[in-house]
Amino acid sequence: MKTVRSMILVSNDPESKLRGSEKIYAAFQQQLLQYGLSEEVSLSMVSDLGYSYASPLVLIYPEAVVYGPIKAQDVPYIVEEHLYKGRVVEEKRAPAHELSGKVAWLSARKGTLPAQNRVVLKNVGIIDPESIDDYIANDGYQALGIALEKTPDEVIAIIKNSGLQGRGGAGFPTGIKWGYVNKTFGDKKYVICNADESEPGTFKDRVVLEGDPHAIIEAMAIAAYAVGADEGYIYIRGEYQLAIERVETAIKQAKEFGLLGENIFGSDFSFKIHVHAGAGAYICGEETALIESIEGKRGEPRSRPPYPTTNGLWGKPTLVNNVETLANIPAIIRNGAEWYRALGTPSSPGTKVFTVLGNVNVTGLIEVPMGITLREVVSIYAKGMKSGSFKLAQTGGSSGSIIPASLQDTPMDFESYKKAGVSLGSGALLICNDEVCIVDLAKVLLNFFKVESCGKCTPCRIGTKRAYDILMGISQGQGSLEDLDELLSLNKEMLELSNCGLGQTAGVPLRDMLNYFRAEVEAHIRLGVCPTGVCPMHA
Amino acid sequence: MPRVTKNEEETILGVQKIVERIGKTRADLISVLQAVTNEFGFISQTAMEELSGLMNLPTKEIYSVATFYRMLSTQPRGRHVVQFCESAPCHVVGGREVIATLKKALALEPGQTSPDKKWTLLATSCLGVCGMGPVILIDTDMYGNVTPEQVKEILSRYE
Repeated sequence: MKTVRSMILVSNDPESKLRGSEKIYAAFQQQLLQYGLSEEVSLSMVSDLGYSYASPLVLIYPEAVVYGPIKAQDVPYIVEEHLYKGRVVEEKRAPAHELSGKVAWLSARKGTLPAQNRVVLKNVGIIDPESIDDYIANDGYQALGIALEKTPDEVIAIIKNSGLQGRGGAGFPTGIKWGYVNKTFGDKKYVICNADESEPGTFKDRVVLEGDPHAIIEAMAIAAYAVGADEGYIYIRGEYQLAIERVETAIKQAKEFGLLGENIFGSDFSFKIHVHAGAGAYICGEETALIESIEGKRGEPRSRPPYPTTNGLWGKPTLVNNVETLANIPAIIRNGAEWYRALGTPSSPGTKVFTVLGNVNVTGLIEVPMGITLREVVSIYAKGMKSGSFKLAQTGGSSGSIIPASLQDTPMDFESYKKAGVSLGSGALLICNDEVCIVDLAKVLLNFFKVESCGKCTPCRIGTKRAYDILMGISQGQGSLEDLDELLSLNKEMLELSNCGLGQTAGVPLRDMLNYFRAEVEAHIRLGVCPTGVCPMHA
Repeated sequence: MPRVTKNEEETILGVQKIVERIGKTRADLISVLQAVTNEFGFISQTAMEELSGLMNLPTKEIYSVATFYRMLSTQPRGRHVVQFCESAPCHVVGGREVIATLKKALALEPGQTSPDKKWTLLATSCLGVCGMGPVILIDTDMYGNVTPEQVKEILSRYE
């Protein structure tokens, strides 16, 4: 790899192209030549800096300054000031609220280098995801080599000691799950990476797959070695076309380098990976539904037990791990369990990737130590509320909760949230201001569950529909106080009688709504008024 | 035996090619159905019957899988499929107004196709680009941070 002093990235998505990104690229080329900087500054076109009204964007590393919108005539000044004299051109910086995702995060740091201890997103945005050389140059596949020199039991012990918990939402200890599959007798075992990320508001796994696909392949190989599997599947949701392409490229490269296939690193260990694209069904994120889907069936969850650890894909013992969980594995193997335990809180070690969304100034992806508080996330990373004041946060997806302002200072880790009676969910933080109506929000959440319920078991199929209808009635001024009791009993019935996690947690928004915002709901019923003015309320 | 129309003949040939390319085991079914949807816009009765023979599965099994997944369709769709995200992250940042404008501009309710077969409007769950909601997806083009004022202009880009 050639070492350069600075790196310029020019966005070249269709929007940027229309607005002349190619001219900008040419102008940079010409100016760099003129200043004699061509050797020390690299220049590339990239497609995915995120959609933005400030496009075309120009991103300059190592300061990570995002400029935009840029015209070709701005280029000479930027080259002279930024690259020749070393001064950031403040007036050409892209406005933070126009940016999204990774670029927003970069811009928010105002040109400081990452202060966070990034584990999951270590390589994202820094290496070329389509180059295995780049990954290897950044310690890639080292962990696989280290793991293969140990026994499977030693590898599992490291993961157990690290205290890593599943990042899909449930927080089950990863090492213990690996141990179960390892101990199950079987001539054939599978490892599945669950990349069917469909929890509303969550896109952390997409960013990992798009930005660092080899990390997942390496982690799956380590997991396969530890549990005794020789075949793996990555189940990626069908909407993530770019992620699918990047992972397929990465698998091809790993095969060419002998990092997948027969006798990896000259050992007895062989492993191959298939990519399975989903076809649009939220429920397939549930591990047994995902397995059914790989088998070519309707994605309806199986009854458990037996669990996939003993009867999984085609009835064989199967390990299913989430993308973010796996992305932690290579770093833990390289640096050891102690190093990992030093991050986060004692009961929830490590970092957590959150997607920050809603009515805040900066939305996007952050990786922070477990135990950070909601107030810190909103004020430091999201740069405060865009308008209004903080009302609540929704922690995303079926396993998430509604977090009222009173819990803003509760440390965000699995244990503290459990004690407070809420859950961390999949890592989406939907921040809502005081213009959001709780009934309207619950209605949208229940509509999601109603649409995505697979219909296999009655409590979930009927319960979500009934709850949605009641909420609809309340939002139209036709609710009664008895309705609230029915909502609570629906929550209880769905929790106790549903077959899988979707139905069991579908009532959570109802419970939290009545726990924390009962007065607002009752105003709809008793006074016939929606305090925020969102609900139509016509009788 | 009823006469096979030219259209049906094309479907049968196309389906045969897809199965040849992807495979005919049960595990290949979803990929095959996805390929059929991509090529013909939807999975017709003819296609399902042909698949039934090729993959040795009852037609009802194929129908049950085809109707389960959102990205597979058993109904013909318009030339352009407009999908809007109706999940909470888009909803709270103005998705509600965008949806209302979209419905009005197309004069369609979610799930309907326009009489001139130009548009199909679909509600969808989270598309995974929540950082820039509200999001709409037209065919494979994604639009983020959409405002009601932009809807008309965006739609006018499609023939």
